[in-house]
Amino acid sequence: MAPVVDTLRLTAEDAQGLLERKEVSPAELRAAYLEAISERDGELHCFLRTTDKVAEQGVPVALKDVISTKGVETTAGSRILSGYVPVFDATVAARVKGAGLALLGKTNTDEFAMGSSTENSAFGPSRNPWDPTRVPGGSGGGSAAAVSAGLAPWALGSDTGGSIKQPSALCGNVGLRPTYGTVSRYGIVAFASSLDQIGPVAKTVRDVALLYSIVAGRDPADSTTAELPEPVRLPTADSLDGVRIGVPTELNEAEGIEPGVREAVRRALELSEQLGAVVEECSLPRSVRYGLPCYYLIAPAEASSNLARYDGVRYGPRAEGSSYQETVDRTRDEGFGDEPKRRIMLGTYALSAGYYDAFYGQAQKVRTLIIEEHREALARFDVLACPTSPTVAFPIGERAADPLAMYASDLLTIPSCLAGLPGLSIPCGLSEGLPVGLQLIGPQFGENRVFEVAHALEQALAFDTVPERLR
Amino acid sequence: MAISRDEVLHVARLARLALTDDEVERLTAELGQILEAVGVVSELDLSEVAPTSHPLDLVNVWAEDVPHAPLPLEDALANAPEAEAELFRVPAWRR
Repeated sequence: MAPVVDTLRLTAEDAQGLLERKEVSPAELRAAYLEAISERDGELHCFLRTTDKVAEQGVPVALKDVISTKGVETTAGSRILSGYVPVFDATVAARVKGAGLALLGKTNTDEFAMGSSTENSAFGPSRNPWDPTRVPGGSGGGSAAAVSAGLAPWALGSDTGGSIKQPSALCGNVGLRPTYGTVSRYGIVAFASSLDQIGPVAKTVRDVALLYSIVAGRDPADSTTAELPEPVRLPTADSLDGVRIGVPTELNEAEGIEPGVREAVRRALELSEQLGAVVEECSLPRSVRYGLPCYYLIAPAEASSNLARYDGVRYGPRAEGSSYQETVDRTRDEGFGDEPKRRIMLGTYALSAGYYDAFYGQAQKVRTLIIEEHREALARFDVLACPTSPTVAFPIGERAADPLAMYASDLLTIPSCLAGLPGLSIPCGLSEGLPVGLQLIGPQFGENRVFEVAHALEQALAFDTVPERLR
Repeated sequence: MAISRDEVLHVARLARLALTDDEVERLTAELGQILEAVGVVSELDLSEVAPTSHPLDLVNVWAEDVPHAPLPLEDALANAPEAEAELFRVPAWRR
């Protein structure tokens, strides 16, 4: 029996319409995605596990494996959580279920969301649907690749320094890192708490806005969440009349941006002008030179604290030792992979006596400067634009042995993450046959404006999100 | 900026990681490189700048004191590698 829908092309919004009009049953829709998974996920490895039966009757959804799902194993891509079955739902998992969305499964991630390629997953890398010899980006490569390959209509990811935006760019779909504090982290496996955010990945800006509307809003269980100042609106704009787009020189001319990436972004900006936008250069003088170093002090420092909880006492596998101390030390050495260990060590060092002020304290002050310069730029512009990733998807293995090269993948996504600002990546063209992402950064709580701008551009760009080899 | 093998061992003790000799050797080199790269933050004079620990201007939030059922004990112990009665069981503390 042929599948009832083409999962490669079906948007979540259209899927919802099919269900509402009873043209497709929930079981048929779910079966179509499970069939796509069985057909293509052997190669791509987007899912760590799929779910058997669920009660929800709505559009299927995939969740990154850092999101706790009651009764469904949640590992964060780490051996130290293998076999861990949450006894409660993360707030975002409860909210998608509450909206009737049916969980398809849990998607692959770099271990503890630390990485830019999913190669750091303890359970093997995911592959890019546009070219399976290349990475899908990371850490949320599983979610992004699943959406591009038609294995899920939409998915949730987590973003600390680019883990939603960068994989969306590399896989050719739309990913939102929302304003810090708009989406609950209750039940999320924590990485760096002053930076972690949950957000959607989908094929269209409207789908992203729709999923964001389902999960956003204050959560009494997460005291770092804020009320949204206005409800989320699904964008309809097809013009950019009166929109002011700032193009930060440093983020558009940084060393390492590939010529093909620069060209695709330049064309998208020209198109924005044709749609009525005023496009002008601006400057974020410290964000590129100091953003990445600032991030790689703050994030590991917070990670070293958050990951202290993995001790083999309350959950997860335990490596037995002759004493409590030896058990804990051995459990951690055997349970964590290389990247979490590197960051725990770096963060512990940056927080240790004698180095705290010079490293962590200094980085927190740099963060203040980065926030201020974004605020100044966004006083003049509605959104800021630049490439999401300096490069297109890179070959598996190319950066795996060089931590600093891997860290540079997030050069352009990190500054706005440090500033707590919303950032959306939309596909804006191809370079060497691979997708290029355009990053649009808005002011705090400026998601609605970012959605409108992105939607108008998306319509004009008419990028085909289906990977060429799967068409 | 170089970091010594002894410093790596000290940090590993603080971080409760029983690193192997190979890991100590590799991390000594890698952390040195990373610290050199991130050390550029020290070239800025930030004596007049306030640190940021949280990007939102949130003030303290008060919640109503509403009693609710806690996580059942059996759930709390469900994932424990070893549990006994109402407790997590661990090997003896080394004195």
